[in-house]
Amino acid sequence: MSRFIDIAALEDIPRQGARLVKTALGCIAVFRTADDRVFALEDRCPHKGGPLSEGIVHGTSVTCPLHAWVFDLNTGQAQGADEGAVQTFAVQLTAGRVLLDATRLARRSAA
Amino acid sequence: MKQKLVVIGAGMASGRMLEALFEAGGNFDVTLFNAEPRGNYNRLMLSPVLSGEKTYDQIVTHDAAWYQAHGVDCRFGEPVVKIDRTNRIVTSNTGGVPYDALVIATGSAPFIVPVPGKDLPGVVAYRDLEDTNAMIAASKPGARAVVIGGGLLGLEAAAGMAARGAEVTVIHLMGHLMERQLDPAAGYLLQKDLERRGIRIHCKGATKAILGTDRVEAVLLEDGTVYPADLVCMAVGIRPEVRLANDAHLEVGRGITVDDQMRTSDPAIFALGECVEHDKQLFGLVAPLYDQAKVLAATLLGQQAAFKPVQTATKLKVTGVDLFSAGDFADAPGREDIVFRDPGRGVYKRLILEGDKLIGAVMYGDTADGAWFFDLIKQGKPITDQRDTLIFGPAFQGGAQTDPLAAVAALPPEAEICGCNGVCKGKIVTAIGGGATTLDAVRMATKASASCGTCTGLVEQVMALTLGDRFSANTNPPMCKCTDHTHEDVRRLIKSMGLKSIPAVMQELGWKTVGGCASCRPALNYYLIADWPTEYTDDRQSRFVNERNHGNIQKDGTYSVVPRMWGGVTTPAELRAIADAADRYAVPMVKVTGGQRIDLLGVKKEDLPAIWSDLNAAGMVSGHAYAKGLRTVKTCVGTEFCRFGTQDSTGLGIKLEKLLWGAWTPAKVKLGVSGCPRNCAEATCKDIGVVCVESGYEISVAGAAGMDVRETEFLCKVTTEAEVMEVIAAFTQLYRENARYLHRIYKWVAKVGLDWCRAQVEDPATRRALYDRFMLSQSVYQTDPWAELAAKPADWAPIADLTLRAAE
Repeated sequence: MSRFIDIAALEDIPRQGARLVKTALGCIAVFRTADDRVFALEDRCPHKGGPLSEGIVHGTSVTCPLHAWVFDLNTGQAQGADEGAVQTFAVQLTAGRVLLDATRLARRSAA
Repeated sequence: MKQKLVVIGAGMASGRMLEALFEAGGNFDVTLFNAEPRGNYNRLMLSPVLSGEKTYDQIVTHDAAWYQAHGVDCRFGEPVVKIDRTNRIVTSNTGGVPYDALVIATGSAPFIVPVPGKDLPGVVAYRDLEDTNAMIAASKPGARAVVIGGGLLGLEAAAGMAARGAEVTVIHLMGHLMERQLDPAAGYLLQKDLERRGIRIHCKGATKAILGTDRVEAVLLEDGTVYPADLVCMAVGIRPEVRLANDAHLEVGRGITVDDQMRTSDPAIFALGECVEHDKQLFGLVAPLYDQAKVLAATLLGQQAAFKPVQTATKLKVTGVDLFSAGDFADAPGREDIVFRDPGRGVYKRLILEGDKLIGAVMYGDTADGAWFFDLIKQGKPITDQRDTLIFGPAFQGGAQTDPLAAVAALPPEAEICGCNGVCKGKIVTAIGGGATTLDAVRMATKASASCGTCTGLVEQVMALTLGDRFSANTNPPMCKCTDHTHEDVRRLIKSMGLKSIPAVMQELGWKTVGGCASCRPALNYYLIADWPTEYTDDRQSRFVNERNHGNIQKDGTYSVVPRMWGGVTTPAELRAIADAADRYAVPMVKVTGGQRIDLLGVKKEDLPAIWSDLNAAGMVSGHAYAKGLRTVKTCVGTEFCRFGTQDSTGLGIKLEKLLWGAWTPAKVKLGVSGCPRNCAEATCKDIGVVCVESGYEISVAGAAGMDVRETEFLCKVTTEAEVMEVIAAFTQLYRENARYLHRIYKWVAKVGLDWCRAQVEDPATRRALYDRFMLSQSVYQTDPWAELAAKPADWAPIADLTLRAAE
């Protein structure tokens, strides 16, 4: 069962930008693309821990600000020659509100 | 005994002929006359010189060392006045030279429309370096230029001047542009494209007079239209330069008559190039001229050779305009057309068939298959079987290939790749097999793409096919994988097409990705800021994190805070405010920087607004220690305290920092001001340095002390502080307007040349205009970013905190 939690209004996230959600498992970056789609990814590059939320968002990709690894926002997979991935989280956009699936967060922290 | 060979005219044809002669080991005493005061250069490349993409030095084909190595007696700037055929002596303005064989290569003269006012100062042709320089000088932003003639040359002149900021009008006698190479539909697309770049086109316009009293002021047309003009360029055509031959009573038709061996009516006299007429035909494009050069060299060496003109294809050398035409495309009975149109993309292709053969092709907007069609035209093979998919090019001949290299792969070895130099695919492949693995090496070995350069892409594709993974392009690469344009192209097109937003650039220049990438977006954002300071709005999301958050991101995701300390001078009050801030936000490290200020390292993102509010309250602003912009102005104590100081270097440094701070630049800019030549402020390894002396201020530029270490080079010396400020602001603006993103000043100066920079800032009018544009930009961008950003601390903190909810 998914459990979606209302975290913010869409307008609170800049287009081609991201905002952070603090969780018990670390920070999650919630991205908004130029065409108003939202994605949620772990805010920690597998390479050197760079904050992906501070990267430049282009199309449905983000480039890590520290060493320019590029991640697909859909899958969390590193693109090109780099190998690695970040966790992705389900998000919903309903009536201008952004909802984040917190199922995994709750289960992990309960365990 | 060595034969005495005299050559009149150092143009592209005679240059190539001499090359062929020496390569074959010809044993001649050569005397080379040229009316222009210089040797052989690539006249085709004057257009890139005009538009600013190349410098004259880059288009010289034979330098002094080459002539010396081959023992050529150079008589540059010496026009020949007479040929004495009886005694075989050529006479110039300085004396006579005897010959055994004489080559006339006087080229062509521009045709000047015989209208009143044609001799006014400000009327130029487009023929040599002098004309080009006159147009460059006249193409200041806001200047008005009129080009008479909408052919190949006229349009290249128009585009070049427009790229430099002039308002350009093209007057063309015929109904559509380039009517000799294009049909009306392609001419229309070309006109639309040029108009989008701000060039006004007036077709069916006949010039009646050029108006003006002391110099040109306007152009009057037969229909009564008047176009104001500071410069008029006549580019209506050329005619063979035959005066010497006429005076010598050689046989002359429209050009100097030559046979298949390039021999004139006098067996000791030869001619080649644009001045000749062969089989009732004149020649203007370079490919047949190079063929003539080969034939003449062979003739002089006593070998058998005969000149046979071949068909040539045309490309327009205007960046961003893809245009190709070859063969015959006039309407005539028995001819059929295959036409493909995609108005949305601005693509037009037309193939002209006669019977079962392809005889002509005109392409606009997408010319990738041009070489393949040209090859079909030259082969003259029946195309009946391919007819239904012919227009889609080689990719559709037998299967659905989508590989962009397929068109080139499909070419047979004898297909011509470089039209200028007549180099076929097979010759390039052979050269690559012989060890030429870089573009430069291929050019050296084959001359492919070494003349006009429009086939460079094709040559690289042949290399990619032949070398596979071993191929790496070494020319100026595209900006990033999102586009095929170079940084320089994009900068020029942003200006000339008036592109004022990132989406507009991506749309109009055909970006291949949605939303660009982390490499091109910051560059585009910078170019737009620099070119349209009052119209474009900075796009924060296209900024790299440091500039978006106005702090340097550290490896642990924290930031550094560096308040500005003007000229490295601070006060006890500022130091207390910095100390208080360091305490309050538990700053892990306080460090003095190399730029004479204090760095607070390890500040958390969410604390940035608060710490900056505190520093702002103490009167301090961002030091931009993270910016591609003005960083620091390092100073020594100067006359204020130092017993050696010659001027107030500290005061001048503070003034300079207050003038320049807040300016965004292609890469970081650091200044130093030293009060005497002991140079305690280390000014001579900065991007811009000032060294004070008793008599004034020595300004030098292009130093570096990073991965590269360089001493600055002297720019100029001035006598007042006010002049220092104006020169440095103007020079900074020149850098802002012209350099490629991320190129420091020393890299940019190495590209454009310090002499050019100096000429710009030494000319009072140019300097003032640069200074004014810099100040206009400063009126928008010289603001403390934190005055606004610190007001919304919530934007800097997490948007939600689920740590508690998730634990429930």
